[in-house]
Amino acid sequence: MAMDETGSPYLKIRNLTKIFGDFTALKNISLDVQMSEFVCFLGPSGCGKTTLLRAIAGLDIQTAGTIEQNGRDISALPPAERDFGIVFQSYALFPNLTVYKNIAYGLENRKMRPDRIKARVAELLDMVGLADQAEKYPAQLSGGEQQRVALSRAIATSPGLLLLDEPLSALDAKVRIFLRQEIKDLQRRLGVTTIMVTHDQEEALTMADRIVVMDHGVIEQVGAPEEIYGAPATSFVANFIGTMNFISGSVEAKDAVRLGDTVLHCTTDGLAAGASVTVAIRPEDIDAEEIDAAGDGDGNGNGNGNGNLIDVEVTKMEFLGSFYRATLGSPALGEQGARADFSVNLVRRKNIEPGTKLTVRFPARYIRIYPGG
Amino acid sequence: MSDAAIAAPKIKAKISRDDWIMRGCMGVIGIFLAMFVLLPLYTMMSKSFENKAGDFIGLTNYLEYFSTPALFLSAVNSLYISIFGTFLVLGTAFVYAYALTRTCMPFKVFFKLVAVIPLLTPSLLAGISLVYWFGKQGAAKELLFGELIYGPIGIIIGSSYWVFPHALMIVITALSIADARLYEAAISLRTKPLKVFFTVTLPGCKYGLISAGFVVFTLIFTDFGVPKVIGGNFNMLATDIYKQVIGQQNFQMGAVVSVVLLIPAVIAFSVDRIVQKKQVAQLSSRAVPYVPKPERRRDMIMLAFCSLVAFLILCMIGMAQYAALIKFWPYNLELTLGNYDFDLANGGGWESYFNSIRMSLYTAVVGTIIIFFGAYLVEKGRGFAIGRNAFHAVAMLPLAVPGMALGLAYIFFFNNPANPFNFLYGTMGILVVVTVTHFYTVSHLTAVTALKQIDPEFESVAASLKAPFYRTFARITIPVCLPAILDISMYLFLNAMTTVSAVVFLYSTDTTLASVAVLNMDDQGELPFAAAMAMMIAYTCAGARILHVILTRGITKSTQAWRER
Repeated sequence: MAMDETGSPYLKIRNLTKIFGDFTALKNISLDVQMSEFVCFLGPSGCGKTTLLRAIAGLDIQTAGTIEQNGRDISALPPAERDFGIVFQSYALFPNLTVYKNIAYGLENRKMRPDRIKARVAELLDMVGLADQAEKYPAQLSGGEQQRVALSRAIATSPGLLLLDEPLSALDAKVRIFLRQEIKDLQRRLGVTTIMVTHDQEEALTMADRIVVMDHGVIEQVGAPEEIYGAPATSFVANFIGTMNFISGSVEAKDAVRLGDTVLHCTTDGLAAGASVTVAIRPEDIDAEEIDAAGDGDGNGNGNGNGNLIDVEVTKMEFLGSFYRATLGSPALGEQGARADFSVNLVRRKNIEPGTKLTVRFPARYIRIYPGG
Repeated sequence: MSDAAIAAPKIKAKISRDDWIMRGCMGVIGIFLAMFVLLPLYTMMSKSFENKAGDFIGLTNYLEYFSTPALFLSAVNSLYISIFGTFLVLGTAFVYAYALTRTCMPFKVFFKLVAVIPLLTPSLLAGISLVYWFGKQGAAKELLFGELIYGPIGIIIGSSYWVFPHALMIVITALSIADARLYEAAISLRTKPLKVFFTVTLPGCKYGLISAGFVVFTLIFTDFGVPKVIGGNFNMLATDIYKQVIGQQNFQMGAVVSVVLLIPAVIAFSVDRIVQKKQVAQLSSRAVPYVPKPERRRDMIMLAFCSLVAFLILCMIGMAQYAALIKFWPYNLELTLGNYDFDLANGGGWESYFNSIRMSLYTAVVGTIIIFFGAYLVEKGRGFAIGRNAFHAVAMLPLAVPGMALGLAYIFFFNNPANPFNFLYGTMGILVVVTVTHFYTVSHLTAVTALKQIDPEFESVAASLKAPFYRTFARITIPVCLPAILDISMYLFLNAMTTVSAVVFLYSTDTTLASVAVLNMDDQGELPFAAAMAMMIAYTCAGARILHVILTRGITKSTQAWRER
């Protein structure tokens, strides 16, 4: 894990373990979060992402391990002695208080002068576009509005750390997409260090500066969205993010793998020849465009001559609106074949339908290899 | 970085000021509970192993108990009356509840109202009314064909009357959580109605029925009022305790009988708790509520059945009211208010009525504060799971302790001059304490249920906003839970007004209560006064109920803006 060049990280998590009875929810987690960074904890339910968030908040204190925030050891502190604002999936807005009172709740606890509270709440309401809703109760607002009130309440006291626990999960798809951008903009404007827990990969990919992919209480990969999507470090990440074809094969040579009768060129991460591997490629990376007889029209400069071509037969076509997902059958691709995304345009031009025979390319730079069959 | 499971020193959470305050408060209420439940019970149990001089004599008292047929017989009597009564009440309550929840029978509101009447009256009232109906000079004694009402028949009828609403409410709850989609699925599979009933309806409310069964059993098994008035020479355990203690001053044998009474009650209670835990996962939150469709024949049969039950309930309360208003049964049937001139009676004057009001108000106020705050600390406290679980367990205990046993235990515990709380003995204070304790569990559960329904993250958010817990408790928790808080205080008030069992051992000449006065008037043969006093309790409880409805409506209306749906 590389340290930021600016010095010590804002949040420093070391060897964090959380045990509930005989279930280990977090196993020896270490992680750094930089100042003003937007980090997403992403993973399937039960992977420990919420447990990690709650440990950072002090709501469920870890069994072992330390957390430092801004140089201060907060490992054992109760939530009230830490510095964070939090938004829950349920928003947890106080139902009997108006929007105004909800946002002012934390300010009043700081013994702020009433006129300054008023100004601050007005400023926040303005920022989230709810200036005219101040006297309404949460139940009278839409889900998206409630969400924005919860966000305003969390940042009202200008905390150093903003924690978001699945903040968009309870909303309709359209509102969710709109609020993604809004939260991201707000975060960037305020520069507040933010951690968001989500199980929605699209949300993580669009919002985060860095994504922490978790499974079974361990961190599988930490990286920028492009990195996580383009170069998944483990087969779990590859499978969890986006759609991925997995094909069993073996290492043929230093820079080639064998799938049945077919040999594909790609990097093999130094695995010994003969080792069984899983070859992974995303459906959108399988290429069926303009492949000439020589088979090296991709211009990717890998210069391996044969161009990683495979002869396939389309066995199934699934229409998904803006593109088709085709299932390709070939002895090389194993029993379930491989899925490939073809644009509507391409399908029309080449007249692709079930039964069509094609030659497709598995571009070397998009192939990833994971040890084990 | 090490790969070991725990690669860092363990973290011990720092306990915040809030945590200390909360644990301190919980400790205080916990000690209150332990002192007023556990210690008295312990004292009583140890008394049952002592002779009159206070020496430990092992099981001698128990041997005497089980070898004296007269004593042992009442245990058998209690058992068979309770089992018989349980099936009778459960059957009736099930059909009645079914009619209210699953049919389109007309006048449902009326039938619901009539069914709660017994809750407003002391169980003694049922006995008094039965004397007027079927006693030696009863209005309808011919209906018994020469059998005597004083005995098992009277006890079963009287008990059935007053425990009916308790059973009914549980069964209604169980029946009203039906998922309509199950019925739609059954109909679309062309299932016959009878089969639907046995495969969908009954399994759906199985746990509710079992729970109601245990509640009814315990209520009848431990009731004192009905067998006292109408039992005649037919002995039951609860009346035996009274006879041993008040009649023969044999406290040790009273303790033995109390323990014998306690055991089945504790067993019934434990089984009920286990059953209720299973009920939790019964219904998903996405279920579609069942809406009955009219079906003339069924609706009319149900109307006939409910009318009969409602008629019987009205006959009971009606006769008590009539008896309270006539001059001299059965010879002079002129109407009079003279029976309300309680100061002429020997059992206790108007003073006892006002004592009851005072006692019930204190109980409602003090009890609600302690119980709700205690439940809050258990439900919303942070960490300290052992302490919170222990508190919850002790809070569940009073439900299993029969009032007679609790009352006797208090005599042993508080009448001891060495007890620093001895000063409570014979005061209004001990009556309030014993009543709060006696009815602690149901109120505690009501509070816990209400607290569970509010978002568990309120406390987390409040902590992140640096609000001390008491501020959030006062500004958020109490307003949100206000309807439940009102329910609890109403429950405590009604029970304090009508209870006899625990307080019968603990009142003094300055603190006689209306319900005890009914008992004493009946003992003295002043039945018209007893009926009038029982009716005074009924009016008061009815008034309190109406006030409760108005207050609840008011709250709902003024908070409509923020309460969802």
